[in-house]
Amino acid sequence: MGKIILTADDSASVRQMVTFTLKEAGYEVIEAVDGKDALAKAGGRTPHLLLTDLNMPNLDGIGLIRALRATPACRFIPMILLTTESQAEKKLEGKAAGATGWIVKPFKPDQLLAVIKKVLG
Amino acid sequence: MTDTHREAFKEEAHELLGELENALLELEKTPADEDLIGRVFRAMHTIKGSGAMFGFDDIAAFTHDVETVYDRVRGGKIAVTKPLIDLTLSACDAIRRMVGAPEGAALQDPQSASLTQSFRAVLHEQEQPAPGAAEAGAPAPPQRPPEKARRVTYRIRFQPVAELFVSGTNPILLLNELRGLGACTVVAHRERVPLIAELNPELCYTYWDIILTTERDVDAIRDVFIFVEDACELRIDVIDDEGWTDDDGGYKKLGEILVERGDLTLDEIKKALGSCKRIGDILVESGLVAPDKVESALVEQQHIREERQKRQAAEAAASVRVPAAKLDSLVNMVGELVTIQSRLSQLATRSGDLAIIQVAEEVERLIAELRDNTMSVRMLPIGTTFSKFQRLVRDLSTGLGKEIVLATEGGETELDKTVIEKLNDPLIHLIRNSIDHGIEKPEARRQAGKPAQGTIRLAAEHSGAHVFIRITDDGAGLDTEAIRAKAIERGMIAADATLSERELYALILAPGFSTAKEVTNVSGRGVGMDVVKRSIDALQGTIEITSQRGTGSTVSLKLPLTMAIIDGLLVRIAQAYFVMPLAAIEECVELTRADAAKAHGKNLTSIRGQIVPYIRLRERFSIDGQAPAIEQIVTTSIDGLTVGFVVDQVVGEHQTVIKTMGRVYRDVEAVSGATILGDGTVALILDLPKLLQGAEAEIRAQQQTGRG
Repeated sequence: MGKIILTADDSASVRQMVTFTLKEAGYEVIEAVDGKDALAKAGGRTPHLLLTDLNMPNLDGIGLIRALRATPACRFIPMILLTTESQAEKKLEGKAAGATGWIVKPFKPDQLLAVIKKVLG
Repeated sequence: MTDTHREAFKEEAHELLGELENALLELEKTPADEDLIGRVFRAMHTIKGSGAMFGFDDIAAFTHDVETVYDRVRGGKIAVTKPLIDLTLSACDAIRRMVGAPEGAALQDPQSASLTQSFRAVLHEQEQPAPGAAEAGAPAPPQRPPEKARRVTYRIRFQPVAELFVSGTNPILLLNELRGLGACTVVAHRERVPLIAELNPELCYTYWDIILTTERDVDAIRDVFIFVEDACELRIDVIDDEGWTDDDGGYKKLGEILVERGDLTLDEIKKALGSCKRIGDILVESGLVAPDKVESALVEQQHIREERQKRQAAEAAASVRVPAAKLDSLVNMVGELVTIQSRLSQLATRSGDLAIIQVAEEVERLIAELRDNTMSVRMLPIGTTFSKFQRLVRDLSTGLGKEIVLATEGGETELDKTVIEKLNDPLIHLIRNSIDHGIEKPEARRQAGKPAQGTIRLAAEHSGAHVFIRITDDGAGLDTEAIRAKAIERGMIAADATLSERELYALILAPGFSTAKEVTNVSGRGVGMDVVKRSIDALQGTIEITSQRGTGSTVSLKLPLTMAIIDGLLVRIAQAYFVMPLAAIEECVELTRADAAKAHGKNLTSIRGQIVPYIRLRERFSIDGQAPAIEQIVTTSIDGLTVGFVVDQVVGEHQTVIKTMGRVYRDVEAVSGATILGDGTVALILDLPKLLQGAEAEIRAQQQTGRG
């Protein structure tokens, strides 16, 4: 059984690409359309890693990370933030909220996998 | 990126643009609505991010400026105005055009270019420097020119904050990543780990010293720590770079390392050095440095020492090219030495002087070593020959409409250079045979329930003083009935002869034998196998064929490691000494006159119930004089047949240095060379297969004259 990755993004095309890439690499993927959805889904099966977009309606990536870090099950899991280069200060904010690392958009599938391998082993 | 992903993006972009327009129109009515501004920003952000990801670089580039403006609007730095809304709506139209347009076409769109200018103007009005778009994150490090492959050793101290785990970072993974960069020695400092009662399992108390030798540059190391760079103290120092910085070559002293790392001051060291114990012990005892720190420094010392040793070893391992002629003369001289040595041993034994015997034994041991070493210099791996056959198999099998792969193993097996050279042609013949006669056509194979693709396996392995080379195919196997029929037709065997499978297979090695129904351009003229046999005989080797009808056949070649020196059996007939190659010899048994008489004049004897024909070498070589009452039969295995050779006396095993015979004797069959014995006499080396052939020919001739 592959490790479970919870991915939150409001863009269907990004979700599709991310899910496709991760499934190809043998991970199990839970998709969420925004932070709120992700938080609800994380309550079901505990993910091994969170991959979240920064800007999302309802609950943004930083809020999601902060909320998930507060739950005992997800206190130590790696959390990756998807950002664009113009959001350097958001990166710091994300780190402060408990993000493990970040991926700069746009990214290629193998870059995504490299980062996931880096934090998930 | 697949087209379905691009299509998904296009669909999504249209949706987003629709949503964006609605939001913009509403925003026009309520310009201060933060939710609406957020929606516009997010829509732009998504279009840009996804656009770039799915290869719509033009869209991403264009949207970047719009997004930047709305980021400022969100931050309250730019006010929402009607011109801005108008501009943004035109931007929406431009993006829509780009999504629909074929790739790259939109870049030439003058309208989008002017729009970009307008958005940049809006930004400039705010007197804000354009954000650095060049900032790159961890996953997309800029492509650096490849570093020269220089091995540099770094000392890395990685001291994470105690709250490291709560950011989801596993330091073990970081250490593993470093290990992936090169030779890595890791020391954990545990002195901060509290007693278990006070230990908070959520905190990281450990820090690490890592000594890493890598060809990658320091940025590659920093990249490993990119996610934790603000959550740790990281120090990376170069401590060794192949002697580019310090050329004294000495290892750093333990104290120096500790001072360099800042674990100790120079004054403290000097104070501690007052006594004469090992500095590590002194420092730990005096409580100046924690034991872990000393251990870590020692590890660094060790790592550097190993790296330098490796480097020296690499330099020392550099090879020397020597002309083959020099090697040959070296081998010759070693051969002379072996001869002299056996003479020395004989004399020493005869003298009975223990001191001399001891010296002779010492010399014998040294010369044996010298001989082995000299021989190994001439050895080459057979793999180079093997790889040449890949092409041969490919071309021939395609030509015959067969699917065949060649698998090789034991390519590293070493053989004497001359043996390898002389092995090339026989191996080609054997592989051709397997391709042509062995492996069936794909349809036939499928019908037989075998994979359509046939396999020829070429394997080499060492076994004692010999190398075995096996050519195995998974083809049809040998047809024993066809072989028998052909052999009878050719008059090679009697129609009612009973032959073992081994003897039958051995028949195909005879000249002019081919069972192929049609002659192809690959093989089938019956010239192959006897040529192979002659070549292998010349190499003092033997051939053995095994086969299973329907599943394939194997040809095994047994070859001596070298042709310069062989293990021989020294025998004597009257006053003449002969050497028989030990490889073919099976056993020695006595032959009394009574035994010989029982066979009624035929040269046959019974060994454990098996009838063994023999050849009297005394008769064959026309040596005068009376044979002793008890002679010796040396039985040998030649082409699967057991044949005895009768001699007066078996002297014993003999390390035989082969001397080629002069040109005068080149027509002498039955003798393959000569050697010089310990006492200086010459012994001829017998070519046993030739002897047998000669004897068989003679018998056949007698039979024919007898009949006629």
